[in-house]
Amino acid sequence: MSLESDLARVRGLGSAKHGTHTFWHQRITAIALIPLSLWFVTGLICVMDATHAEAVAWIKAPHVTTLLIALIAALLYHVKIGMQEVFEDYIHAEWLKISSRICLNLGTALCGLVSIVAILKISFGTF
Amino acid sequence: MSSRPLSPHLQIYRPQLTSILSITHRGTGIFLSLGVVVLAYWLVAIAGGEGSYATGRECLSSVPGKLFLAAWSFSFYFHLCNGIRHLFWDAGIGFELKTVYASGYTVVATSLVMTALTWVYAFGGAQ
Repeated sequence: MSLESDLARVRGLGSAKHGTHTFWHQRITAIALIPLSLWFVTGLICVMDATHAEAVAWIKAPHVTTLLIALIAALLYHVKIGMQEVFEDYIHAEWLKISSRICLNLGTALCGLVSIVAILKISFGTF
Repeated sequence: MSSRPLSPHLQIYRPQLTSILSITHRGTGIFLSLGVVVLAYWLVAIAGGEGSYATGRECLSSVPGKLFLAAWSFSFYFHLCNGIRHLFWDAGIGFELKTVYASGYTVVATSLVMTALTWVYAFGGAQ
């Protein structure tokens, strides 16, 4: 007979070792991304044929700057969780699984940082 | 590991709407993840000034660029609609077989219509 409680037994199980934490964060970012991504794609369609000055003016509006940064943060986190799930399902060699996870984490973090710095430069810079 | 039973391989099963939509959700998710890099590039191009913005616009309005945007927009609408379907499932709603098929066909129809509307709106006036 084990003296471990049921909770202690299941904690840390699963391929991500974090149980439902990742599942829950994937859902939260998904819910955030419904309005954010719809808003962004609508905006994108409107600025598709815009001149550089018009595109800059769009991003410079404080609410657009804010929502764009929120979108980038939620999106990159959602991408990180989703792609990690794909890697965990299809990559079976442990060393490859870990190295691809490291690349994914650093890659999505870098991609998010680059995007946010670009948004801030557009928002606060002069052209 | 080797002594554990294996479930039948994927080729054994007849493709069904449910399984096709499931793998398409994953496929579009992977493809949309790549789009994150394009999004970062687009923001950096705007931040870089008029010259880099013009280059970026040229890239995206070329034939491969437009094909990418077309595939990306369908992937976006599909992943969005099917993602909402998943969120309902997470809440325990819509698991009856009839409902699963009805929501599946709704997802396909909605994402096709929204993609078409996007392209009519984005390129109908511009060309």
